[in-house]
Amino acid sequence: MMPKWIGKSDLLSEKNLVSLTSSISAILVGMLFGLVILLISNPAQALGGFKTILFGGFTGGAKGIGQVLYFATPIIMTGLSVGFAFKTGLFNIGASGQFIVGAYAAVLVGVHWTSLPPVLHWIAALLAAGIAGGLWALLPGILKAYANVHEVIATIMMNYIGMYSVNYLVTRTVYDQLRNQSMTPVAVLPKWGMDQLFPRSSVNGGFYIAVLMVILIHILINKTTFGYELKACGFNRDASQYAGINAKRNIMLSMVIAGVLAGIGAGLLFLAGSGKHIEVVDILAVEGFNGIPVALLGMSSPIGILFAGLFIAYVTQGGFYLQLSNFVPEVIDIIIAAIIYFSAFSLIFKNVIGRWIRGRKEQ
Amino acid sequence: MEYIIEMLGITKMFPGVIANDNITLQLRKGEIHALLGENGAGKSTLMSVLFGLYRPDQGAIRLNGQEVQIKDPNDANRLGIGMVHQHFKLVHNFTVIENIVLGIESTRHGFLSMDKAKKKVMELSDRYNLKVDPEALISDITVGMQQRVEILKMLYRDNEILIFDEPTAVLTPQEIEDLMEIMRGLTKEGKSILFITHKLKEIMAVADRCTVLRKGKYVGTAEVAAVTKEDLSEMMVGRKVSFAVEKKSFQPEKDVFEVRNLTVKSRHNQKNAVRNVSFKVRRNEILCIAGIDGNGQSELVYALTGLQPVVSGQLIMNGQDITKASIRQRNAGGIGHIPEDRHKHGLILDYSLAENLVLKNYYTEDFQHRGFIQFDAMYDYANRLIQEFDIRSGQGPYTPARSMSGGNQQKAILAREIDGNPDVLIAVQPTRGLDVGAIEYIHKQLVDQRDAGKAVLLVSLELDEVMNLSDRILVIFEGEMVAELNPEETTIQELGLYMAGSKRGKVQ
Repeated sequence: MMPKWIGKSDLLSEKNLVSLTSSISAILVGMLFGLVILLISNPAQALGGFKTILFGGFTGGAKGIGQVLYFATPIIMTGLSVGFAFKTGLFNIGASGQFIVGAYAAVLVGVHWTSLPPVLHWIAALLAAGIAGGLWALLPGILKAYANVHEVIATIMMNYIGMYSVNYLVTRTVYDQLRNQSMTPVAVLPKWGMDQLFPRSSVNGGFYIAVLMVILIHILINKTTFGYELKACGFNRDASQYAGINAKRNIMLSMVIAGVLAGIGAGLLFLAGSGKHIEVVDILAVEGFNGIPVALLGMSSPIGILFAGLFIAYVTQGGFYLQLSNFVPEVIDIIIAAIIYFSAFSLIFKNVIGRWIRGRKEQ
Repeated sequence: MEYIIEMLGITKMFPGVIANDNITLQLRKGEIHALLGENGAGKSTLMSVLFGLYRPDQGAIRLNGQEVQIKDPNDANRLGIGMVHQHFKLVHNFTVIENIVLGIESTRHGFLSMDKAKKKVMELSDRYNLKVDPEALISDITVGMQQRVEILKMLYRDNEILIFDEPTAVLTPQEIEDLMEIMRGLTKEGKSILFITHKLKEIMAVADRCTVLRKGKYVGTAEVAAVTKEDLSEMMVGRKVSFAVEKKSFQPEKDVFEVRNLTVKSRHNQKNAVRNVSFKVRRNEILCIAGIDGNGQSELVYALTGLQPVVSGQLIMNGQDITKASIRQRNAGGIGHIPEDRHKHGLILDYSLAENLVLKNYYTEDFQHRGFIQFDAMYDYANRLIQEFDIRSGQGPYTPARSMSGGNQQKAILAREIDGNPDVLIAVQPTRGLDVGAIEYIHKQLVDQRDAGKAVLLVSLELDEVMNLSDRILVIFEGEMVAELNPEETTIQELGLYMAGSKRGKVQ
């Protein structure tokens, strides 16, 4: 028997082992599928191209790894947003809206609050991003708690409201007319040595902050009474109510925390000082939606989401270099999407592997 | 007499468990044959083998003396074997008739032609006295009606052997009576019935013979007319079970809980489900609220425990008005609640046993320090309760609640609520769906609580339970208390009359 201080959440428990192997098998199947597409679209270059996907993340050595971490940072946060909400029984499709609203808040504060000293300035901008994202998720939370409006509908609507509002607000407050995008924030995240580890890449201290958030959320979900309550409401709202847990409050808090995470993710991206701006176009922020496969692949566990985010960033980065082997960008997108899509099947693999292990054990 | 179905020497092994160990079951044509056993005795496995869901590792199945292979439910159907599952397999937004023909729809030029089907269903419905409205939606009809649809499904497919898997678990006493009548009618028309249950009373009432299983093994087959309830339960449990509950006599005096002029809204419509009800519960007594399901018991309990607001009236606990108190205040203030639906309210099935055992006190200083759960304390506590209340589960405190048997789930709830040391324990149908051993245990625990000076409010639909356990009976009918009875001075028949609303008495 396990020693009793190991909660079921701890890393090496059988449950997590099953999750890990299933995620990895899903990835392998996804990779194989990607190879098939490569073979169909350009047989001569297929194997070379596959190699590029597999090792593309390392292209350019330390710089490549730095880029992977940079791309991973926002999707780890949105993945955390989706995964956290899911652990508490809510399906947050609104990470995209929370993300873009957070981005706007970060840019607004980052551009205009120049009277703040630099150290406080980026913190203020990042906090603003988190608060804006949280507020954006509060409304669906209230609707769910008090009127039982399904959060999927509410958050999808909030995505569009968020996108158009931000477009409007950007043109009114922080507009760079020449480029049809937001101005460049003065506030920039500190590098914290990342520039020395991975020279010439865009990575910065934001990755540390993402990892810190992963750890915080892991502790919150698995070790605290607050997490116990949130999960209880997610699993069974009636029983939580029966136990005297304030389910309404917890649903709202859960949505707000999810929104804060997505908002911070946006702050980390737009304050990176890497030339990323809010473009005034009618497209929902893709980082928000990428959070969904990240959360699925990571089985909604914070630690899993960290690695899933890294993996998807790695594959995306590899795909980027595919252009060198004569693949059109559309095919690359299809391959990446296929890998991510199959990765989301990890739940199916989880059941299969779980059954297999149980079968072996009982014999 | 000839056997229509014979299952000979059936053995079915799962990794680590022998679910069926050399079991023989012989069903005569035209009889009602009960299959009796506690939860986990192997009844379901045996029936799954017969219905083609599992292949047996050893043994043979004979139909009318011919050996047959049943590889899947379609084979079973072809051989005339039909089954009413415990959880009905109905499409809720389809009509009755659509559900009955589902899978073998009659068509003309590729379009559904329901006329013939409807005619056949109506004929069957008349012949077996199974009244249904063929055009009603499943979601609009009662559970009893839904069961009739399931029976009609079997008859529509011309099944000769009908398996009923715990058919009475979801029914009201009246519906159970009706079902028994239907079953007798079916056998009169030559159908053969296998009746899975662990309720002895029903076997005595309706079955011709009874095969008993215990822990996967065959115990024996008895002619029901030649045995008593006690014999059967001894065969099933392997020891003598006492049905009579031993109670010390007390002179209850002190009021713990008082309900004054309580009115509560229905959960289903705009009417009031509980109307102007007043009563007191005292220390050292078990007060039983008896009534037919749906007469306002659920709403009454929801109002007492805080799950539903009151329209008017007062709730007084130990002299304090708790009408407006939150659920947590009531829990902490001495109300224990064994809920009617243990899966909906009683447990978080995805949580472990330990996490469920602290569901009502995880936030206290015992299990929490600065917002962090004290896992050591939680598992120690869980282990203590597991020992004390004999809760059996695969992985002790780590077992997911979902994977525990119904009896042990109920024991877990009971342990949690009793260990919370409440002044008043509200137990709603605490033995629903449990086997004899577990029922005996839970009854004993409730009586112990009473003897320890607690007030116990028992809400029950089972007349035997009401008569055996209670010190005082209040009968609820259409949301009103229609009688206050002393179990020693009343009979089951009289109680039944009050419950049905055909008699009214005085309530203090």
